[in-house]
Amino acid sequence: MIPPLARLWQPAALVLAIMLLIALPFGLERYGIYILSLWAVTTIAAIGLNLTLGYAGQISLAQGAFVGIGAYTAAIMTSAGWPLLVALIVAIILCFAVGWLLGYPALRVQHHYLAFVTLAFSTLAFLVFRNEQWLTGGIYGIFGIPRPTIFGFSTRSAQAFYYVCLGALGAVSLMAWWLVRSPWGRAFTALRENPLRAQSLGIDTRRYTLMAFAIGSAIGGVSGVLYAPLVEFVDPTPFSLVLSLNLLLMVIVGGQGFFFGPFLGALIAVLLPEWLRFTKGYYLIIYALVVMLLLIWSPSGILGILDEALTRRKTRRASALRAAARPTLDEGRAP
Amino acid sequence: MKPVLEVRDIHKSFGGIHAVRGVSFDVRPGEILGIIGPNGCGKSTLFNCILGQLPPSSGEVWLEGERVTGLRPSQLNRLGVSRTFQLLQVFPKLSVRENLILAGQEHRGSMLSRLLGPGDAGLTPDADKMIAFFKMQHLADERAGGLSFGQQKLLDAAMAFMAGPRLVLLDEPAGGVNLTMLGNLKERLKAINEEQGATFVVIEHNMDFVMSLCSRVVVLAEGKVLAIGTPADIRANQAVIDAYLGH
Repeated sequence: MIPPLARLWQPAALVLAIMLLIALPFGLERYGIYILSLWAVTTIAAIGLNLTLGYAGQISLAQGAFVGIGAYTAAIMTSAGWPLLVALIVAIILCFAVGWLLGYPALRVQHHYLAFVTLAFSTLAFLVFRNEQWLTGGIYGIFGIPRPTIFGFSTRSAQAFYYVCLGALGAVSLMAWWLVRSPWGRAFTALRENPLRAQSLGIDTRRYTLMAFAIGSAIGGVSGVLYAPLVEFVDPTPFSLVLSLNLLLMVIVGGQGFFFGPFLGALIAVLLPEWLRFTKGYYLIIYALVVMLLLIWSPSGILGILDEALTRRKTRRASALRAAARPTLDEGRAP
Repeated sequence: MKPVLEVRDIHKSFGGIHAVRGVSFDVRPGEILGIIGPNGCGKSTLFNCILGQLPPSSGEVWLEGERVTGLRPSQLNRLGVSRTFQLLQVFPKLSVRENLILAGQEHRGSMLSRLLGPGDAGLTPDADKMIAFFKMQHLADERAGGLSFGQQKLLDAAMAFMAGPRLVLLDEPAGGVNLTMLGNLKERLKAINEEQGATFVVIEHNMDFVMSLCSRVVVLAEGKVLAIGTPADIRANQAVIDAYLGH
């Protein structure tokens, strides 16, 4: 029996974190608020990748490209006078469809082969962003992307737009939470852990693989739709393979397959370099070392460490209970 | 009465190796059919051909009068064919209850209704019943990866029954399981067979287990059917004794 206080700490920590995120901009300057907004936007993209990679086990090096597709959709449409909400819907549909198509190679190849397929898509998307000047503005990009007005309230200020990003993060998190707690989430886990067994249980692994790619990509698109008005300018550089690798790093460092992994991963990838700026030219070196040491210590990421500790404790407790109770089954392997 | 499963002249070759050579048999409703044979005689390959995990080189598989050759394992499962594997195939990071819910969820509603409906697809009561039936109540919330080998085997078997299948194929369920656990497993399988009329096909090396559980036995040798009959017939069959059972 878990004591009531122990059961309460998780919701209490969550409420505290939300309150902190709401209050934080009041104590920060414009740049600090921008970094926080960037964290929220990046976390959304990492949540999408966590669904594809962390839960469904499908490696993707294309998440940055979907952020780019979302950002360019928002930039092009809002510059042409369309509301951001319409751009959001278009970006979700577009990224979902492209993500679904990108999932087809995953039905035939896995692991590093799949990584190369998605890497090729990432490169292709970057070339489109850079070379199709008539649509994307090429290397000059698209300037002056407006921030939306929501129910008559302008989100022009850094603080107002931060709350838009935070609200979007909240909405995406709730949907992702629902998804991973649903039978779909369980099917994604089965797909990751043992596709052969999953098939034998009636799980249509083809459809779930495509869904994992499509939903993860659509969430990447949502992140891009927010990125464009946040920076108010898009050009191809931020959506190169480096972004995909960074998002992969966030998911792995935070803990792939853990719901809060992307939040922590993005915190480290976006905020840690900023906190290390006092070291001047050394900050990226220190950041790289911290990440390397962390992954050597715990390849399953930060939340993996916590999970292992909790599992050990639970196993010890269960063993003690079993030892105390009269066994109903003889346990163990035949000699 | 129409057979639950008909296997007609199945052949399976891997390059120049003929693993299964023209195997035919049928499985009657409510029976427990055993498949025995020495290592490498093609038992698991035959299972994989029946279950759509390997396409047969030739031959047909029929399920209650419907041709199901070449269907994917997930499609066969949704038609009511369930299986266990020779090696453990539970989902280690999920709890015992979640493993069972997973085993039944794809038989509940459409994909969309499963997304929008309750997280357990309404299967928690069924899973708890199955947990109680297999006497694993004290393990319900444990992660499957933390269970002993025998307990995981039991869970693997329980998962095969979650969706109320018409036919269950068990691949070496007794392998590596100690005597007490084996007795428990046999008792549970018999109970399901008698109470629910479930039909089983069991591949097994443990002769005592097969002979005491099965109503008929198919003996394979070198990819071919050597004999089919009741356990008593098989025990008395000279060809089987020479090829497999020994004196």
